[in-house]
Amino acid sequence: MSPSTAGIATETAIRPFRVDVPEEQLVELRRRIDATRWPDRETVTDQSQGVQLARLLGLARYWSLGYDWRKVEAKLNALPQFVTEIDRLQLHFIHVRSRQPNALPVVITHGWPGSVLELIKTIGPLTDPGAFGGRAEDAFDVVMPSLPGYGFSAHPSESGWGPERIGSAWDVLMKRLGYTRYVAQGGDYGAVVTHAMGRQAPAGLLGIHVNLPAAVPLEVLPAVGGGPAPTGLSEKERAALDQVITAAMRDTAYSLMMGTKPQTIGYSLNDSPVGLAAWMLGHPGFNRWAYGSDPGQPTTDEVLDDITLYWLTSSPTSAARSYWENHGRSPLVAAAQMTVDISIPTAVSAFPGELYVAPESWARRAYPKLIYFHEAERGGHFAALEEPEIFSQELRAAFTSLR
Amino acid sequence: MASETPRKAGAATAVAEETAIRPFRIDVPEEALNDLRRRIAATRWPERETVADDSQGVRLATIQELARSWLNYDWRTCETKLNALPQFMTEIDGLDIHFIHVRSRHDNALPLIITHGWPGSIIEQLKIIDPLTNPTAHGAEASDAFDLVIPSIPGHGFSAKPTSTGWDPLRTARAWIELMRRLGYTRYVAQGGDWGAAITQRMGVEAPPGLLGIHTNMPGTVPDDLWEAVQAGAPTPPGLSAEERRAYQELHDFFADHLAYAVEMSKRPQTLYGIADSPVGLAAWMLDHDPKSYELIARAFAGNPGGLSRDDVLDNVTLYWLTNTGISSARLYWENKFGFFNVQGVKIPVGVSIFPDELYEAPRSWAERAYPKLIHYNRLPVGGHFAAWEQPQIFSEELRAAFRSLRNGRQAR
Repeated sequence: MSPSTAGIATETAIRPFRVDVPEEQLVELRRRIDATRWPDRETVTDQSQGVQLARLLGLARYWSLGYDWRKVEAKLNALPQFVTEIDRLQLHFIHVRSRQPNALPVVITHGWPGSVLELIKTIGPLTDPGAFGGRAEDAFDVVMPSLPGYGFSAHPSESGWGPERIGSAWDVLMKRLGYTRYVAQGGDYGAVVTHAMGRQAPAGLLGIHVNLPAAVPLEVLPAVGGGPAPTGLSEKERAALDQVITAAMRDTAYSLMMGTKPQTIGYSLNDSPVGLAAWMLGHPGFNRWAYGSDPGQPTTDEVLDDITLYWLTSSPTSAARSYWENHGRSPLVAAAQMTVDISIPTAVSAFPGELYVAPESWARRAYPKLIYFHEAERGGHFAALEEPEIFSQELRAAFTSLR
Repeated sequence: MASETPRKAGAATAVAEETAIRPFRIDVPEEALNDLRRRIAATRWPERETVADDSQGVRLATIQELARSWLNYDWRTCETKLNALPQFMTEIDGLDIHFIHVRSRHDNALPLIITHGWPGSIIEQLKIIDPLTNPTAHGAEASDAFDLVIPSIPGHGFSAKPTSTGWDPLRTARAWIELMRRLGYTRYVAQGGDWGAAITQRMGVEAPPGLLGIHTNMPGTVPDDLWEAVQAGAPTPPGLSAEERRAYQELHDFFADHLAYAVEMSKRPQTLYGIADSPVGLAAWMLDHDPKSYELIARAFAGNPGGLSRDDVLDNVTLYWLTNTGISSARLYWENKFGFFNVQGVKIPVGVSIFPDELYEAPRSWAERAYPKLIHYNRLPVGGHFAAWEQPQIFSEELRAAFRSLRNGRQAR
């Protein structure tokens, strides 16, 4: 897809990529699921000790007996996928050009425990908005890379692949694809990378959009640590603060573990499919997931697609290391993400089921050039997966002024 | 302490059954050992850490060497060693409690209940049984002898796994008080490090009649204001002595970089399914307790052992594996509401031994304030978090010295 592949040094070549997992690996996965040695049941009747045994048993049963990886493999292979080497690392990405001339190129970055699979349902609405109730002139060319150490991207063998280096690599990727004017988008770890790109503001990056904004202001942090809340908070700010406190109290253990000892936790996750599934489902983005019984949520297959991708690519440990590389910087806190240094236009969508619903007042203070803020009507932490059309509509609206 | 098991209430024979002390032997089916070896051999490894130090956790080379040793390891040797000891089971507060009980042949031996911690087990205490019960064979006096009771904490080892909530250090402490009563001991002492320290200090706060004093190698001495500060990650406050600054800094650094496993187990123990399913995953999880004990264990697998041998480590990890207690033991963190290192309010006599590689070296000044009846305080030249396991002789000497003043009513309570 590069303008002229012939003659270009191999390291900058862009090569088509297809997923083709050997049958042997799928057999082995099923064998391990069936051979799982289970612990005893939790001693409570709720999720307060973590992922509940009965639900995980049910999921494992379906994973072994009913789930079919080949379906998602076919779905991926129906998309134009590529690999290219940047900064000595082979990176995998999906690249779909719109049929619309003047489509705006966007690089969209997934998070943990996600992958490109959480994004693919937005490809249609973003590249072909006319078919999804949008306007043709709002079309995007989409680039969806797999983070280093995730999915079909290579695993770094040296340290240093933090958000800044990844952000720089994405700019190289976009330029290599011939895009001189583009935008960037991300949630979760993708937001962390997108914030880094915002700070770097490479030539041609017109603006960024995040669905996990780093809007929490410094003065409420003492309250998160158990101290008093500042006075004068609006109702929305107070509600957001309460959500951040709950998340900090209840839901940060996994990130602390991956942020400080990724290798230690990695041994069990890479050796036990059920252990990996539980660890991924322990993310607060799945707190309300009903294991497929709620039609408004990701399906069981969608969630297993994601978990299976981690398993088959042996990337639980390398993905965990991305937290270690982030040096404990909270993705929610404006100061930790240094949003004051983001000089380019920034757009924010606040989804109601996200870890916290950022109030517009906080977003305005956090981002020097906030060009768009909107509370989406539905959707949570995995917004692109849960509500692909709403998510796509948010991106169209967010970037209209930059076209 | 009456049993709360309603199904057995009423019938006298059933009551007797509940408080019965039954002999116990370990006999792991060969099949379980084959399955373990099969799983170790089939481990799917991640790639190596991306750094040249321990900063990402357990290093691949270390855990792979552990796995190689594990494949050649013989659990039966450990099992035989355990079965050579008098082991028992008794039901307390609705739960089967496993314990080792070794009486000294010396008259007037002082009964002592010793409690292990996490990621430990009764394996930690095996090397001190003979020095404590049979002191004359170890260069000490007959008058230093102890009768030893070494229980497995609920959810650990061969004790039963609680199926409902509430088994925190206090409930365990009350169970231990009942255990000692049931064994007929009316005057005794208690000892522990790690969880054992938490449980033993709870016993000290409960101060049942007959508990003469306690000893701990991981004391709770941090004053309240400093405890708040260090948990919040605050820099060292002014006005501390050199010893106090060092202790503060040790805890500060531990909390900053090495607490994640404890946070995970206190918030989401059940999510750790991988350590129930993967032997190597369990071993890695257990190795990464604190930097100094990790270093000690890593040395053993690098062929340069200090206080712990490969077999020591593998005995303990294998015990966790075979009893499938990775997660049930983690739940104790979830249950716990007490601080680990702050003042606990023990008013009965307390002896303290400070080992240099413990998570923090409690200063004498703090220990004196924390324990109004501090009867022993000593700083040792070697030893760490698993002091009894690493330095059994020094540890035994410490217990003899610590409790000497409490024998034969020499110190009235």
